This record gives sequence, structure tokens and C-alpha cells, in this order.
Amino acid sequence: MQRWIPAILRRAAPAASGYGGAARLFASSSLLFDETQEQFKESVHKFAQEAIAPHAGAIDASNHFPKGVNLWRLMGDFNLHGLTAPEEYGGMGLGYMYHCIAMEEISRASGSVGLSYGAHSNLCINQLVRHGNPEQKQKYLPKLISGEHVGALAMSEPNSGSDVVSMKCKAEKVDGGYVINGNKMWCTNGPSAQTLVVYAKTDLAAGSKGITAFIIEKGMPGFSTAQKLDKLGMRGSDTCELVFENCFVPHENVLGEEGKGVYVMMSGLDLERLVLAAGPIGLMQACLDAVLPYVRQREQFGRPIGEFQFIQGKMADMYTSLQSSRSFVYSVARDCDNGKVDRKDCAGVILFAAERATQVALQAIQCLGGNGYINEYPTGRLLRDAKLFEIGAGTSEIRRMIIGRELFKED
Amino acid sequence: MKILVAVKRVVDYAVKVRVKPDRTGVETANVKMSMNPFCEIAVEEALRLREAGAAAEVVAATIGPAQSADTLRTALAMGADRAVHVLHDPDPARPLLPLVVAKILRAVALQEKPGLVILGKQAIDDDCNQTGQMLAGLLQWPQGTFASKVLLDKEKQKATVEREVDGGIETICLKLPAVITTDLRLNQPRYATLPNIMKAKSKVIKKVTPEDLNVDIRSDMEVTEVNEQPKRKAGVILSSVDELLDKLKNEARVL
Repeated sequence: MQRWIPAILRRAAPAASGYGGAARLFASSSLLFDETQEQFKESVHKFAQEAIAPHAGAIDASNHFPKGVNLWRLMGDFNLHGLTAPEEYGGMGLGYMYHCIAMEEISRASGSVGLSYGAHSNLCINQLVRHGNPEQKQKYLPKLISGEHVGALAMSEPNSGSDVVSMKCKAEKVDGGYVINGNKMWCTNGPSAQTLVVYAKTDLAAGSKGITAFIIEKGMPGFSTAQKLDKLGMRGSDTCELVFENCFVPHENVLGEEGKGVYVMMSGLDLERLVLAAGPIGLMQACLDAVLPYVRQREQFGRPIGEFQFIQGKMADMYTSLQSSRSFVYSVARDCDNGKVDRKDCAGVILFAAERATQVALQAIQCLGGNGYINEYPTGRLLRDAKLFEIGAGTSEIRRMIIGRELFKED
Repeated sequence: MKILVAVKRVVDYAVKVRVKPDRTGVETANVKMSMNPFCEIAVEEALRLREAGAAAEVVAATIGPAQSADTLRTALAMGADRAVHVLHDPDPARPLLPLVVAKILRAVALQEKPGLVILGKQAIDDDCNQTGQMLAGLLQWPQGTFASKVLLDKEKQKATVEREVDGGIETICLKLPAVITTDLRLNQPRYATLPNIMKAKSKVIKKVTPEDLNVDIRSDMEVTEVNEQPKRKAGVILSSVDELLDKLKNEARVL
């Protein structure tokens, strides 16, 4: 596919939008990535900066994806959706290292697009890859991977957030399938998704053992979406409530086994946390992309403010937060690729990276001073976007509980 | 027909270049390096010609240290079929100048026997804009420089090149084999997509040395010092033409 902007016409200018020249800052001498992964990161970075970043401000201001360009399709053409999906369905058959790299660079360009991308490619596509039967994979994956269809996942309900196992959405067994009644809340991509992975209780009395995972299609009678939620950040990453009113779902659409949904959900959450943890990494990088050119150019008291120690202290804190989070995320990604999925590490990476990202974004606003408070600059949006990662995919509190519980159990 | 594309590893266009404290050259340690943007355009043009059926194979070549293999890998990831790496460790006091580069590329071209050699019009580090022209001269091949459009006629073995010149657009017709150098508006280079990055891993990079090619790389030129430009001074508003004449005569000394 052709690039949008000839490389030479972009100039390294510290502008209000901040992305131009600072786009490629450090020649990484780290051993985090092998050659191929470096090439991929470089390539996705170029693509994200040219195809996604120019829309980031407008996506946030208007609270929807750009109308004139189909970002889902563009990302699909760039082979980004099915990174972990088998090649026979159009995927790349690769692992979480690549998925995290893509998530980082897309989030660096736009947090909202990154979050929607993560929900589509990991929460929906990867769950189908891991638990779908051949017929389901063949039916749903190709269009999701090409970007023609958008994917989503719904487990939380208005009254079941952290206590997700207390969900009340009911799936009553009937002839040929199930009838689903209930509501789901905070569903990313809900408004636009054609394919949704939805968890419901086939046995309300059985607690966690009564949960079943279903594949829902947009247009199924009885399934509708309520209006888009008006969020603090990640604006444009459309989120809504799902409404099920006697929605019939055929038997073939059970994902995994009846009553075994909690396993699908919890094991999916581990990998979801890992991949989404690359989101705050991208946001922290975007903060540095905005701050460094600014502090080199902005002068007060006759000197660039980047020469003052307080600012240098902030830059150092931002940098070390980013680098340490990045090392943590990618080393856990490598472990997962090698088959060692550790629940407390997966929770740990997003717990750590998300909290760091909020602080880094706050520091970014502070470095820009009064300008950091103006919405023409990206720092405000970066803070609002970063905060989401302390909440979605299990709140920081839940993550701490999971890690502590795992450590307590271990011998 | 084969197309040979020469590519150069340079300091990335977005990096703010700084002179080293010892003034022997510019800072390249820990600085992002990339393929010269005009070389990217050259690779893209070669790939388009191959995709249009005018050529069968695209071979990328570079001259540089071990790290220059990265630039070749980028060309391979864009879609080049194979690559030639002429190994040479750079000496900042005696950088490889266009004439030596052209001599090496001539040797590679005589080995590879391409119908077309495509290069970027200039590298963004030295801005010489000489290698393509010298290469054509050494090979005694026709040249189409500053190309903004290239049309290849395989049967007639001719290339029609539109060149951006000071007066406008000049259209010339070259008999193959020929040398073309690319200008900015020739094309927009493609991304290296992941499937192509993966495929590139198994493509061949042949390593040779200037000695293997019988090229003498000794340079007559030595770089003695590299300095930053003097900081631009503020302008002065003058009050009369007499004052202007006085300054032009006595300060700027141009009258």
C-alpha cells in the first residue's frame, strides 16, 4: 500500500500538534526486539504517524472516527488485526510481541484508535482464535481480520464491573439455542461492531460456573445498542450499552463450552491485560514526543526551559517510567510467546504501565505549562486517554488483588 | 531485464544534526539512521517497473559498514529480490566521495549487467548530486537525472524520462542500458508491510569488498575540519541609502 505523505515533505518542527519532527527520537540500542521486530515497529510507526496521527485531535474533539477515511480497513490492509490469528484466515500467525508493538505504535498516534484496535484485535479476534471451532473461525475471522467487520467483547454490566462474575445477563436454553436477556455496559466498539463476544449466564444459580461465552452478530433480532457513551477520554473509541431483549442465539454460536465461559473470560483477561499494557507505553512515548521538542524551543529567562533542572528532572522521570514499563511489558510478552503465561505478570504489566502513564501525562502537561492546559496541544488528551488504562481490563484495585492472591497461593 | 538500485544509509531526515565536539564530523553515534529518502523513491520506482512487467528482478546495492545491511533489509522488505553489500568501514576524515562510489557501482553494474540503474538524485547528508552522473559517465551509458516520470519500453529497449529542470519539465529518451536518478515527485514509496518484512528474511544479501571488485578506494580528499554554521545575527534596520552603501562597502565588503 502506498504511503500518504512523502517523507521529505514532513519537516521537523516543534508545533502545537507536536508530532512532526519528534516522531522518531531515540535510536534504540535495547535488546528488547530482534531485527524483524525492529523493522516491524519502524514500519507500523510510519504508518500510524501518517495514516492515524493526523486524525487524533479531530477524533477526540468530535467523539467519533474520521468519516472520510476507513481506519479499520487501512489497519487491516497493513495486516495489523490478525497478528495472532492463523494464516489460513488471513492472519499473520505471530505472537504477542508483534501485537504489543502494533498496539504501542497505534496508541502513540491516537489513544482512542489504539483502544478500539486492541478491543477488536485482541478481545474479539484473539478470543475467537483461541476458543472458536473451525466453523466459527471460518465464518467470522476473515472479515474481522481484513477490517471489513469490527469486533467487540462484552462482559461487564451496569451492576457488574469488578464483580463481573455476578453478571445477571441470562441465556435461557431453548430449542436450537438460547434466548438472551439483559444488558452489557462499557462495550468498546459496541456501536459499530458486527461481531461481538458476549458472556451470559446459562445457569444463574451456579455463579462462575454458570457463565457461557457467545458469538453475537449485529442484526440478530432482540440485540440492540443504546446510545454512545460520553467519556472523559478515549473519545472516538465508540463505547455503548448493549441491550438483549429475547435475543435468540443458535447453538452453533456458543464459544467454547456451555458453563465453561469463565475460563474463556479469565484466561482471555490475562492476554488482554498484556496487549492493552502496550497502550500506556504508546501514550507515554507520545508524551515525550510532545514534550522534548517543546522544552528545546520554549525559552524563558533567556534560555530553553529544557536547560532548567526542574524540567530536566521531569524529563528524566518520564523517560525512566517509559523505559521501565516498556521493558516489563515486552519481557512478559516474550514469556507469553514462549508459552509461559503468568497471571500475576500479565496483571502486573498493565497495573504498572497504566499508573506510570497517568503520571507521565500529568508531567507532560506541567512541562508545557500554560500551553499544556490548552487543548490545541495534545497533552490534555494524553492524560484523559491514559487514565482509562487504570480502569478498563480490570481496575488497578482488582489487579493488585489478583497479584497478591497469586503470590499468597504460591509455595 | 534486471534493475540495479543503489541505496545509501544516512542520518535520518528528522534528526537534528550536530557537529561532534572534536569537529571531525557530525554526530552519528546513537543517532537514528535510515535509507536516504531519494533512495526509497528509487527502490519504489524499480518495484513499480517490475510489477508492470518491464523488469524481472530488482537488485539493491549499498556501500558501507556492517550496519548498512539494515538499509538493504529495508529495500528487501519493500520488495527487492536480492541485495549486494559492498563492505566498507567509514573513516570520517576520508569519507567515500561520489567518484569512488560511482567506480564501485560501475564494478557492481558490470557484474550484474542490469538494463537500468536507478539512484536517488542526492544523499541528504552530503547533498553531492554527483554519483548518478559520474556512474553514467564511467559506464558510458545515457543518463536521465531528476526524474519525475519514467516510462519503460521493453521491446524498443528505451526509457522515456521526464526531468525536473530549472526551466520546467524536459522529456528525454534514453537507450538502455541507462542510469536514472530520482527526484522527489517521482513516486510515493510504499510501506514495508509485515508479510514482506517476513519474506525478506530469506532473501540473499551478497557480501563483497572493494578489493573483490578491483576498485581503488583511496581518496585524494581529506576532511580537516567540520564546523557548525555561525549563528545567524539579528538584522539591522538602516536609516538611509548612504548608510546601506557604507555597510556594503566597509562591512560586507561586496562593493
